[in-house]
Amino acid sequence: MKRTGLLSRLWEFQNNYGYISENAITEIAQELNVSKIEIEGVISFYHFFHLKPTGKYIIYLNNSIISEFKGFSKVKAAFEKETGCTFGAYCKDPLFSLFETSCIGLSDQEPAALINFKPFTDLTPDKVKLIIQQLKSGVYPEQIANNPKSKIQYTPEESKTVFFRKYLLGNSLKKLKTKNPEAILKTISNSELEGHGGAFFPTALKWKSCKESSDNKKYVICNADEGEPGTFKDKALLNNLPGLVIEGMIIAAYVTGASNGFIYLRAEYKYLLKKLENTLLEFKQKNYLGKNINGIKNFNFKIKIIVGAGAYVCGAETALIESMEGKRGEPRIRKYFPTDFGYLGKSTIVNNVETFAKAARIIELGAKYISSIGTKKSNGTKLLSISGDVAKPGIYEIEWGITINELLQLCQATSPHFIQISGPSGICINNTEFNRKICKEDLICGGSVMIFNNFRSITRIIENYVKFFKEESCGTCTPCRAGNQILHEKIKKIKRGICTTKDLNEIKEWGKIMQLTSRCGLGQFAANSFMMAIDKFEDYFNLKVAKCDDNCKIEFDMQSAVYDYDNLIKNTQFELTE
Amino acid sequence: MENISFKIDGRVCSAEKGQNLIEAAKQNGIFIPTLCHFKHLNPLGTCRVCTVKNNGRTIAGCTVNVEEGIDIEVNTPELLDARKAILEMMFVEGNHFCPSCEKSGDCQMQNLGYETGIRFTRFPHLFVDRIVDARPERIVVNQNRCIKCKRCIEEVRTNDGHRVFNFTHRGNNTVVGIDYEQEAKLSETQAEHAMHICPTGSILVKGKTFGKPFGDRQFDFGPEGKMIPLKEVKKHKTTNKKKRIATTSLAGCFGCHMSMLDVDLGLLDLLEVVEFNKSPITDIKTFTERCDIGLIEGGCCNTHNIEVLREFRKNCDILVSVGECAIWGGLPAIRNTVPLEDCLKEAYLNSMTSEKGETIIPNHEDIPKILNKVYSNREVVEIDYHIPGCPPNANHIWNVVKHILFEEEYSIAYPEFKYD
Ligand SMILES: Cc1cc2nc3c(=O)[nH]c(=O)nc-3n(C[C@H](O)[C@H](O)[C@H](O)COP(=O)(O)O)c2cc1C
Ligand code: SF4
Repeated sequence: MKRTGLLSRLWEFQNNYGYISENAITEIAQELNVSKIEIEGVISFYHFFHLKPTGKYIIYLNNSIISEFKGFSKVKAAFEKETGCTFGAYCKDPLFSLFETSCIGLSDQEPAALINFKPFTDLTPDKVKLIIQQLKSGVYPEQIANNPKSKIQYTPEESKTVFFRKYLLGNSLKKLKTKNPEAILKTISNSELEGHGGAFFPTALKWKSCKESSDNKKYVICNADEGEPGTFKDKALLNNLPGLVIEGMIIAAYVTGASNGFIYLRAEYKYLLKKLENTLLEFKQKNYLGKNINGIKNFNFKIKIIVGAGAYVCGAETALIESMEGKRGEPRIRKYFPTDFGYLGKSTIVNNVETFAKAARIIELGAKYISSIGTKKSNGTKLLSISGDVAKPGIYEIEWGITINELLQLCQATSPHFIQISGPSGICINNTEFNRKICKEDLICGGSVMIFNNFRSITRIIENYVKFFKEESCGTCTPCRAGNQILHEKIKKIKRGICTTKDLNEIKEWGKIMQLTSRCGLGQFAANSFMMAIDKFEDYFNLKVAKCDDNCKIEFDMQSAVYDYDNLIKNTQFELTE
Repeated sequence: MENISFKIDGRVCSAEKGQNLIEAAKQNGIFIPTLCHFKHLNPLGTCRVCTVKNNGRTIAGCTVNVEEGIDIEVNTPELLDARKAILEMMFVEGNHFCPSCEKSGDCQMQNLGYETGIRFTRFPHLFVDRIVDARPERIVVNQNRCIKCKRCIEEVRTNDGHRVFNFTHRGNNTVVGIDYEQEAKLSETQAEHAMHICPTGSILVKGKTFGKPFGDRQFDFGPEGKMIPLKEVKKHKTTNKKKRIATTSLAGCFGCHMSMLDVDLGLLDLLEVVEFNKSPITDIKTFTERCDIGLIEGGCCNTHNIEVLREFRKNCDILVSVGECAIWGGLPAIRNTVPLEDCLKEAYLNSMTSEKGETIIPNHEDIPKILNKVYSNREVVEIDYHIPGCPPNANHIWNVVKHILFEEEYSIAYPEFKYD
């Protein structure tokens, strides 16, 4: 076994035995000729690998903020009641094991859970009861799982629809026959395509850099790790148009000269694996993958699917590469671009699912056509995943430039108050900003739009974010690892009603330090929403602030400070008199 | 090798092309603090203490190779503060009880605390319970002190190239895991090497202590004549002509008071300009007049401490936390990682000398209640100044007092600025 095969090897053990045992670790360590702690380090990094035995049914219940507002805690209690197990605990010989997990890409159907990686959506305590009863009686999860197709709620008029228009396999690949890689790159460049994974880096620039690399081996990686809470648009593409995404990858390979491609699929989307594999097979059969693709001499390219194991940070491209190399998913230092030093040290491009799909459409429809849609700086359309307090959650293909107000109308939002754009690492907006346009010129959006009405507690929203980052930080660098824990302390203060104006100012100052000094995007953006919310929802936070006089900090909470002692005395006294 | 020129804080510097920025800066006489950076290791970029700006973009200095024309910022107020903040984060994230640490005085993190003049941390201490692992053959790993710099992970290997340490878990639960099997293969020298590359006192070799007395340790003196400045002296409206001082000891050991007396004859000079009011030194039990300065030793571990502290705040113009206990809890705060119930039961009900059913946890309306944790004074009232040390050096204490009273900026000689 090579180190790059580690993740799939660990999956084998996890799937077959429910955990990765000491013996398995010893065996793998020997095979790889590394110390056991290295393997343990990898295992414990990923949420879906377990070092202790788990039950026949592993249930992962999503704890994102959308889930929380849609009844998470009731559903959680129901799971515990029905199974008799506790969340997060490893019991002896259990039938069930329960864990919370970060967003699983089903925000339009929350609360949702994965049972043995099969999706169960729109859960209620009653449903949970039924599900557990059925499982106990021997029904397989796949027999009763939901088929969570995200509804495509909106596409622009037909001539302006880019993604969800009629798809014919190979339509874009046909063009490769008559155009050389330079010409294809030129088209991508003319369309001004930018990465849709959130960073909006010019795609043509990335591809060019890889193309120009003299490495003998190059790689194309499709980032299907879609982990940003509230996002499920990549899943919609993989589910509805897997071929389009693969065509995009083939085009990228054609341009860059890469011979190997990978789809890094988050484990939460394992139920799409079969479909993707079948699509790859179909491509192979039609000679769109393999040797001399499409009759183009020496154009060889194959694609392999790698399944992640539960780590949000692996969506960051260098962490993703590390993960593929069989290591902990820690983002690399910002010294090289992956196109200089990527997978196994070779020139590599990593692009988002949507980016590849769009690239394929650009080649199919032409750069001019795409440029005629959208705004000056943002061409074409964008897929948004809308969730929260709206009547019509789901996928929206919008033309760049749409206003928030228009969007709110489309999805039938009810008293929208707090909107989270691009997920917790993005930005939040208040109702004075609803006339802003979604596009590069104004409000850029990576895909997640979470809408909260004015009954939703902002403290809860922010606390959910902070906890998310605290757990999903890779833990390598100080400002992110410690910073998120420290911010959580501030949240606790707000919740206890002993937060002062000084605390709010400190949150902003400390968030800035995290922004400034963190090693990767996770830490840099982790405090953003918190900092912004304080300014944008000033009235809300003003009500939360405790007043303090000059000398005594009234924020000291004597009652809670002596609570433990009083309780203990009460209890131990009782013991004595008994 | 090609020589190139580049700028640091506007100053033209020269170095070999591609040289590591930290080294290149050093050659040009500019110090960039680092912790995870280690001579020949690939840059780790974990601790972020060396954060600088390269052409306007922040980046860990240790990961930069110098190139022609790059424009580096190192000592801007923003960056100085950010670097200090990162160190402070390390202090609050772990449990760094310097006075009880074998490596105190030889600890690089502590030294950087001195260099950057950290008196107290702006962040709340987290007091996470961490283990001290004595299971390995040759070493003891004290996770309380680990800052996760990764040096040991990259550097310590057995003769057949196997790692002894590796990160396990992630997020706030990230720890440096130990491979006991591999560790047992380390030679004494290799184990000692592990201890030495650890920038804190997290890795120790069993049976080896640093064993150097105060004054002989690596960071006891610092560079000749180095002073640690304090630029934040506030303007105070003090009440009295002959300055009046009050002192008290809360959850402390009276060591700080002993230290106050250590100025010996200096005390006589001091009495020319100040007089003492409420203080164990005078045995005046209650405030008889308003004071200019209150010196507080110890933090708050019970309700009485809180009352006294609040009384001091009411009666003094300026409050100074003297010593580690006052500043962040210090040694008494070792209990903060353990729930109060466990502490008290262990002490009074389940101890070796307590007979079952015969002892109680002391409680009476006349004795103060124990708080759920030891609080730093900053958490209870506004504190104006902090004098670190355990106990602080006598000169340090009176230097600060005198300068605050006369509103002068002051600096402390490096050897007098200590956390232990
Ligand atoms: C913490 C973090 C998480 C990320 N998660 C994702 C993700 O889930 N999917 C994705 O496509 N890009 C993600 N990215 C962005 C990628 O690093 C990278 O920019 C992107 O995959 C590049 O593709 P693009 O240029 O097509 O957008 C993430 C970045 C960071 C810092
Ligand atoms: S910012 Fe967070 S996620 Fe990124 S490298 Fe640092 S600890 Fe890891």
